[in-house]
Amino acid sequence: MFQSFMLHTWIASTIIALVAGTLGFFVVLRRSAFAAHALPIGSFPGAAAAVLLGIQPLWGLLAFVAVGVVLLQQLQRLGRRDVAAGLVLVTLMALGSLLLSMTHSYGPGVFALLFGEVLGVSAADLLPVAIISAVVIFGVISLYRPLLLQSAFPELAVPRGLRPGVMDLLFLVLLGLVVAMALPVVGTLLVFSLLVAPAATAQSLSANPIRALSLSILLSLGMMWLSIVLSFWTNWPIGFFIGAIGATLFSSARIFRYLRDRFNSRSAMVTP
Amino acid sequence: MIQQRNGERRVHMPKFEESSKVALAADVPGPATEQPLLAVDDLTVKIGTRVLLQGVSFTLSPGEFCGLIGENGAGKTTLLRSLVGTQPSPHGCVKVCGFPPSRARGMVGYVPQKINFAPDLPLRVCDLVQLGCDGHRLGPRWFSRKSSEAVSRALAAVGAEQFAKQRIGELSGGQQQRAVIAHALARQPRLLLLDEPLANLDFKSANELARLLGHLTREHGIAVLITAHDMNPLLSLMDRVVYLAGGRAACGSVEEVIQSESLSRLYGYPVAVIKHSGRIMIVPDTEGPQPDEACYMEPSNGRNRERITK
Ligand SMILES: Nc1ncnc2c1ncn2[C@@H]1O[C@H](COP(=O)(O)OP(=O)(O)OP(=O)(O)O)[C@@H](O)[C@H]1O
Ligand SMILES: [Mg+2]
Repeated sequence: MFQSFMLHTWIASTIIALVAGTLGFFVVLRRSAFAAHALPIGSFPGAAAAVLLGIQPLWGLLAFVAVGVVLLQQLQRLGRRDVAAGLVLVTLMALGSLLLSMTHSYGPGVFALLFGEVLGVSAADLLPVAIISAVVIFGVISLYRPLLLQSAFPELAVPRGLRPGVMDLLFLVLLGLVVAMALPVVGTLLVFSLLVAPAATAQSLSANPIRALSLSILLSLGMMWLSIVLSFWTNWPIGFFIGAIGATLFSSARIFRYLRDRFNSRSAMVTP
Repeated sequence: MIQQRNGERRVHMPKFEESSKVALAADVPGPATEQPLLAVDDLTVKIGTRVLLQGVSFTLSPGEFCGLIGENGAGKTTLLRSLVGTQPSPHGCVKVCGFPPSRARGMVGYVPQKINFAPDLPLRVCDLVQLGCDGHRLGPRWFSRKSSEAVSRALAAVGAEQFAKQRIGELSGGQQQRAVIAHALARQPRLLLLDEPLANLDFKSANELARLLGHLTREHGIAVLITAHDMNPLLSLMDRVVYLAGGRAACGSVEEVIQSESLSRLYGYPVAVIKHSGRIMIVPDTEGPQPDEACYMEPSNGRNRERITK
């Protein structure tokens, strides 16, 4: 499991889990889970198209993600976020299926794009992951307070000079970068689990934003590592483990909170 | 009574308020009148073809406490939102300390009429107040004694210390309201725009907030523009009233506006102003002629009662 070819896997997946746990905190805070679903699903044909055109999948992904980000930001300004995300998803899928139908053949990489090829990361794949992660982490650290304020309390952010359109765009650019970077490694379906499950779990466990953010990163790392180990042992797809662990985490956090609240209200009633 | 000021440009203080201002103007420190803190000139807000506000003009000087009144839907929230910059497409000129609203960010504290806090937001009251101090700053937050003192002062000002460490979405409406007021106060704004800040508060909190606002205007020269349907806790503090009706605004002194006839006309409902032992109270006038009661029950011809007794 720790042979040299696995080293790249460990490095890439650790970086991705770290970044996804960080940005996922804001995805959940902004209630943008649907956007975090629409962007990877919608831009996956971009990678497929790039493979068929013979260019790096990352460029195709980045192109599709850029279209998606601009569309999302413009549509969100007109009205509801969930509707905007749905429309973007449909538009990108339509564009992607048109591109794929023009080439008349599906690359063998399509399955890998959907479900990831964590166990087959090469040294060449590491460089874009590292660069984009550094950019995203730098962005999150410098925008931490404005993003926190604007995501949690949009009405209170405008009087502080944070314009919603600008903040939306900045956030979506960060999200798009994470999606484009993580998609070839962990696959379309898992980007979403990694972005949402650890952060939602952490936010329901801690009311302190710094602690919730740190917990989100830790859970994301733990989820990723455990899934790799299990996937290596059982030879089952990693996506199954990430999805299952994510759902388990979130529901056990909810149950834990429910029990804790019930226990607290019991003891409060006993000792008035 | 409602003076329409459409198109009339004013740079200096409106003429009405001299009489009531005298008592308070004496103890306002600093620059009193040369630059208004807030200058609204010919503000018009339309949504589609509907005109919500038309030709609204007034100014607020440092240390002034101004009430904003009008019936439900008169446009009070719309006016405050245009002053803050959250209202889409306002026309006209709004200047806060000489800046347009989007550039006056450190100077304005705003309390919206309602905010829906999601119950699972991972933020406590103290985090909200802390973001009031430094929410617009870039980079990581380093510990600073000055800002943590500002946070505890703002929390103490609204009596929110007991629940400062609780998750904000799990508090009561009035507690959330006080947290938002502390957020608005945290950065020591020069202009406070408060939209129904008393609406959810109990007697004690409402009176303490009123006293705090009075202190801020008198001692620190902060200007306050506040809407309230129950104005009683504020009447002794108010220097001036801006009132909205039919999309237009006019200002007047408290003596002029807070009168039975003018308030009744403004709200279209009988209102009595009672003066008793130096205090003024506004109450709905139940003695006078009443408008027809709206009947939403179907007229019953005694059949329901028969059925019940059977
Ligand atoms: N987004 C909107 N689209 C269309 N009309 C709107 C919108 N927001 C407000 N209005 C209209 O603007 C008018 C003024 O609303 P506003 O909220 O400013 O009233 P208000 O004076 O604050 O009332 P209240 O005392 O109930 O708070 C209302 O008639 C309302 O119907
Ligand atoms: Mg209102």
